[in-house]
Amino acid sequence: MPKRTDISSILVIGAGPIIIGQACEFDYSGTQAIKALKEEGYRVILVNSNPATIMTDPEFADATYIEPITPEIVAKIIAKERPDALLPTMGGQTALNCALKLDEMGVLAEYGVEMIGAKADAIDKAENRQRFRDAMDKIGLESARSGVANTVDEAFAILERTGLPSIIRPSFTLGGTGGGIAYNKAEFEKIVREGLDASPTTEVLIEESLLGWKEFEMEVVRDRKDNAIIVCSIENVDPMGVHTGDSITVAPALTLTDKEYQIMRNASIACLREIGVETGGSNVQFAVNPRDGRLIVIEMNPRVSRSSALASKATGFPIARVAAKLAVGYTLDELTNEITGATPASFEPTIDYVVTKIPRFAFEKFKGAANDLSTAMKSVGEVMAIGRNFQESMQKALRGLETGLDGFNRVPELEGVSRDVITAALSRRTPDRLLKVGQAFREGMSVEEIAAVTFYDPWFLRQIEAIIAAEREVQKDGLPIDAPGLRRLKAMGFSDKRLATLAVRSVGVAGGLAETQARRSGLLHDALVAMAGATSEEEVRALRHRLGVLPVFKRIDSCAAEFEAITPYMYSTYEAPSFGVSGSIGPECEAYPSDRRKIVILGGGPNRIGQGIEFDYCCVHACFALGEEWHGPAFETIMVNCNPETVSTDYDTSDRLYFEPLTAEDVLEILRVEQQSGELVGVIVQFGGQTPLKLAQALEDAGIPILGTSPDAIDLAEDRERFAKLVSKLKLQQPDNGIARSRDEAAAVAARIGYPVLLRPSYVLGGRAMEIVDSEAQLDDYIATAVNVSGDSPVLIDQYLRDAIECDVDAVCDGNEVRIAGVMQHIEEAGVHSGDSACTLPPYSLPPEIIAEMERQAEGLAFALGVKGLMNVQFAVKDGTVYLIEVNPRASRTVPFVAKATGQPVAKIAARVMAGEPLSSFEPFRRDLPYMSVKEAVFPFARFPGADPILSPEMKSTGEVMGIDTSFEAAFLKSQIGAGMKLPRAGTLFVSVKDTDKAAIVPAVRRLIDHGFTVIATGGTQTYLAEQGLAVERVNKVAEGQPHIVDKIIDGEVALIFNTTEGWQSLMDSKSIRQAALAGKVPYYTTAAASLAAAAAIATVGPEQLEVRSLQDYYAQ
Amino acid sequence: MADPASSRAQPSGATGVLVLADGTVIWGRGFGAAGSAVGEVCFNTAMTGYQEVMTDPSYAAQIVTFTFPHIGNVGANAEDVESRVEGAVGCIVREDVTEPSNFRSIERFGEWLARNGKIGLSGVDTRALTRRIRQSGAPNAVIAHAPDGKFDIPALLKRAKDWPGLEGMDLAIRVTREGQEGWEGGYWRLGHGYGRAARDATPHVVAVDYGAKDNIFRNLVRAGARVTVVPAKTSFDEVMALKPDGVFLSNGPGDPAATGEYAVPVIKALLDADVPLFGICLGHQMLALAAGAKTIKMHQGHRGANHPVQRVGEGWGETTGLVEITSMNHGFAVDAASLPENVEQTHVSLFDGTNCGIAIKGKKAFAVQYHPEASPGPQDSFYLFEKFVGGLG
Repeated sequence: MPKRTDISSILVIGAGPIIIGQACEFDYSGTQAIKALKEEGYRVILVNSNPATIMTDPEFADATYIEPITPEIVAKIIAKERPDALLPTMGGQTALNCALKLDEMGVLAEYGVEMIGAKADAIDKAENRQRFRDAMDKIGLESARSGVANTVDEAFAILERTGLPSIIRPSFTLGGTGGGIAYNKAEFEKIVREGLDASPTTEVLIEESLLGWKEFEMEVVRDRKDNAIIVCSIENVDPMGVHTGDSITVAPALTLTDKEYQIMRNASIACLREIGVETGGSNVQFAVNPRDGRLIVIEMNPRVSRSSALASKATGFPIARVAAKLAVGYTLDELTNEITGATPASFEPTIDYVVTKIPRFAFEKFKGAANDLSTAMKSVGEVMAIGRNFQESMQKALRGLETGLDGFNRVPELEGVSRDVITAALSRRTPDRLLKVGQAFREGMSVEEIAAVTFYDPWFLRQIEAIIAAEREVQKDGLPIDAPGLRRLKAMGFSDKRLATLAVRSVGVAGGLAETQARRSGLLHDALVAMAGATSEEEVRALRHRLGVLPVFKRIDSCAAEFEAITPYMYSTYEAPSFGVSGSIGPECEAYPSDRRKIVILGGGPNRIGQGIEFDYCCVHACFALGEEWHGPAFETIMVNCNPETVSTDYDTSDRLYFEPLTAEDVLEILRVEQQSGELVGVIVQFGGQTPLKLAQALEDAGIPILGTSPDAIDLAEDRERFAKLVSKLKLQQPDNGIARSRDEAAAVAARIGYPVLLRPSYVLGGRAMEIVDSEAQLDDYIATAVNVSGDSPVLIDQYLRDAIECDVDAVCDGNEVRIAGVMQHIEEAGVHSGDSACTLPPYSLPPEIIAEMERQAEGLAFALGVKGLMNVQFAVKDGTVYLIEVNPRASRTVPFVAKATGQPVAKIAARVMAGEPLSSFEPFRRDLPYMSVKEAVFPFARFPGADPILSPEMKSTGEVMGIDTSFEAAFLKSQIGAGMKLPRAGTLFVSVKDTDKAAIVPAVRRLIDHGFTVIATGGTQTYLAEQGLAVERVNKVAEGQPHIVDKIIDGEVALIFNTTEGWQSLMDSKSIRQAALAGKVPYYTTAAASLAAAAAIATVGPEQLEVRSLQDYYAQ
Repeated sequence: MADPASSRAQPSGATGVLVLADGTVIWGRGFGAAGSAVGEVCFNTAMTGYQEVMTDPSYAAQIVTFTFPHIGNVGANAEDVESRVEGAVGCIVREDVTEPSNFRSIERFGEWLARNGKIGLSGVDTRALTRRIRQSGAPNAVIAHAPDGKFDIPALLKRAKDWPGLEGMDLAIRVTREGQEGWEGGYWRLGHGYGRAARDATPHVVAVDYGAKDNIFRNLVRAGARVTVVPAKTSFDEVMALKPDGVFLSNGPGDPAATGEYAVPVIKALLDADVPLFGICLGHQMLALAAGAKTIKMHQGHRGANHPVQRVGEGWGETTGLVEITSMNHGFAVDAASLPENVEQTHVSLFDGTNCGIAIKGKKAFAVQYHPEASPGPQDSFYLFEKFVGGLG
């Protein structure tokens, strides 16, 4: 059936900010969908509050609304734009829930908007636990014994049937928030209460435990003619009990016979048919009893998902693109797979490699939270790796994770310990359980013993056992001296670095000692090399190249080479040569590098806190800008990345895509092949965050040209001592600072500067382990932690500018000219990590001369550093003085926000500048903006019970939203709504602020009292506010006994909280207030500046007064 | 001058080898049966069902290259077997076969291969081999496994060169049953295994075995038929003596032209007698030839468990245009352009538009090029068995 002509405009709802469970995979899907719909000539209207997305680039949709994704706001967009249809399946749970609500509110009926992709009833049937269960019963698919409860009593009644352990899943929550596994009745009651609370419908599903069963997922696409195909099967290495987003998974399923696989295939399709998913992609999850194959349906998602993004990348089948085409009436038989150009969309992909996904976690950011994995998702990113076998795929994934692993690294705390200790460690579902499995093999445990505790399928365990056995050989004998021997190891996925580590150990002295010796030059080193084969990554590489053991590149073609495909999508592997009549025919490589002028862009790897979608956005823009003619010729763009959630790894973002780990070894092998033909103009390492920057040295050493700002200049900016020299040369002012390599040195420096001081280890991203300390005692405590974090690297000590205003300046420089792209003023005062601060563009309260001074300093720095491309400078303004905080002569997190707020393609222009074009070719940046944009950070605290939900110099946010409007107050309010804060219109305000904030908070409190709020405060604050003539009631601090403030919060008597603290003790004391607020979903502000902004927003604009306007409209002003 | 073959350095540890007729030598590790076997090297892209593939008589005299790297993971069992006769002579895989992990497994895949006289070769770049087959056709070759690593490469090469190849070879006669058999097996269910056929069921289907997969008979039983299987060369009179309500024409190996010499006249007679007919794969080609159409060698064969086929033509009602995902294994196809007026095209490949199904107008006779019995592969096309059996008697 051809596309529908009875609809001409379509509203697409995005997923909003990056949060745990909903990351940039929805930007990937949404971007694909919008392109697919535009191709068909539809007018596309988009709403998404996340400015760091590619989909919100103004050239994608016809009308782009960066507005909060709430039913009320989207209703206003519908009223304004009058779309014919609404596509709710591209924006995760956020979009589905919003669409359901719009349907319920009658908005869709009122404006005649048809839901396409999935109907409201189908969504409800899939998401409502009881209806889903009934539907599965109807088609004869078994579900786990379970029941739905709306109260704790009902839950206990169901428990009689299901027994313990029991799984609790709240309805309609993201990534299973609020769910868990209960092993006893007390736990059961606790989790049920939390689940009922987390569920917007106060509903939980209580299920029999399938712990230890195997878990599978099927990615299905179905059209309105009832054609259905399976795009990919996925098997979880972690069995049931760990959320699939937190599980290590492989594709395709590896432990099923065809008969079992077909049962699952039939069941998946039957499930979509019964639920009524008429057009698009869905995923169905199954549990399989490993003892008898009994199959149980767990759940289905009637939309594209994280798994569908993974499946698309794993197979070369663009699920979101196809789903969008199906939603507008096409059927599968009418579509071709644009990636391969050779296969129809109705072709079920088959693969000839193994794909592994490993999630990446951030528990270290949330002290106090246990790192146990359960049914609520906690990971913040993931890596995907492709290999020709499980071992290669798995070991590539481990090194691509960038958590310091080169493969199955040792787990020192399990070395030489008793079986009981190892067994206990294995029984906990922790993020590093896979490595513990490897260690258990080293400690002599058997496959059967490990399987009995972990329930990992023995097949996976034997593969890991073989890796450990191979490691043992290298440790014993050193590296093989012949090509087949070394090739065998490389084909198992061992990195050069891991092999070097293992080889050194073969020398027979203690590993650490040998490594130290090996690093020394001279005869000893030569002797060690002679014994081990090689002792460093570089030496292993040299040996490998000498023996001719090189990786080849294979293509992802969706058909296992059955047909000729054009896919420029590749991965590396090690293959054996074959022999023709006249001798060896080398292993077959399908890279076929072109003869063009090419630029390689290195991506950012797995998402983590501090390095996420913003950097991928920059990489994508580099691809877009360089791949086409623009004041200069087009280049061939080559993308290297290993994050399956991203737009950068979409098939049409770059000309060629290598899905590979971002390590020196893997990248250098790609460059070796690309340099065989054409001209490598250079590599861009400055757009993907720290990940590619770390490779700069290795690339330079290998003689690879690096585009733009030199890595040395980047190093200069990050090296405190070198940078301090530059600053003094430029006569700029930095907060007083020093550097210390010991505890005593640190104490001396801090005493010289004066407390409070800001402490941090060098070379980190996202401000990990930064802390403000007020006393020498706290400093001692910090030193212990910091040294753990950064090994023997020094500790940096800064004067802490209390209550200073922090600013970001983004600029582009070509060597001759500097152009300021945007100046941002933070709302939270200096000391809160810039990634966690809200900020405005343009600045909302800075005098023009201060802005001019910051611009002047930024310009001077750009020239002095020799910046060619992007630069970000952070300043702090205190008492009219501008202090330079830091310079990042590379892409920064703020780039997409600046681009969205100003309507300028900043990253694109920077990429062209890096390739040699002068800034003068481009239109000047627009600086006089007749509107205000506010960026707000979004936090995952609710996922980490036990951690203190407070802002600090350590970055904790996972994503950001933007509010845009003509006034600061309205834009700020939008940013808060977009971030999920429901600001109250009336009720009780609780205030408890530190002494230095008491004067500052007065206007905010007065404003809210005038607006009708009643105010309560703890002792000191109450006294101070009362002295100012404000009617404020006193409430007990927690330490003062019950009833105290936390009781009031729990009882729902508090609507809004202003709570600022400083100093170790008061921070500890107030933790329970913040945790209660988080649990009770009470909006709370932990800085005076943000409290003022919130009060202003509440007092000035009611949410119903907010108006919606498209970016295109703003830019046209 | 030394024989060029001797310069094809044997890596240490190589216990298996594939020697192509053009002189290419591919080393690896042998498993399964020791010894050597000659055949045509083909490939299959299915990711599951290796045991079914290895026992499919359509692969007689062939060496199957599995494109999926891990083969043998789920071991071998007594159920996933598609015939008791010769199937593929050997297989080539990327990875060494591992210890099996599946509750249905009763032995290692390698042991099962050895017990069935089939040779395995691992450690081969199967993707490179597949691309070679795609580009220049399926080569004749010898697969050899010697646990001591001793191979006489020149002798193996000579054997590969001397083998006449599949063209013109009637393999059906080699893999068909010797006598007729009342089929007694039912279909498979998880936790129950295979059921038993009801021997008093009606209608009665006589199935001609050109090298049939057992799952075809199980599916006919599932659709309600009683099945009697007869050898490939059963005459028209012998078939009619069994009083069939319908006759089934099976899949099979080899060159359809060679098998057609004796099969086509029988099928013509059955058509003339208005006996309802259903054919699969080789049976499809036989029916087409009997109806006056031609078969052609395809530029590129279809070999996987993922091929989309679309319903076309009259008679599908609401399901016109529906797509089925099918198992395929054929290098010949019925030439759609050659179909006489009384033959209708019912299915086409969505990949290349080649014919995938025909029906004879005015008669209860139809056939498909693909494998609705699946095993391995998707079970989307079971309806064909119901359509056939349901239309009998």
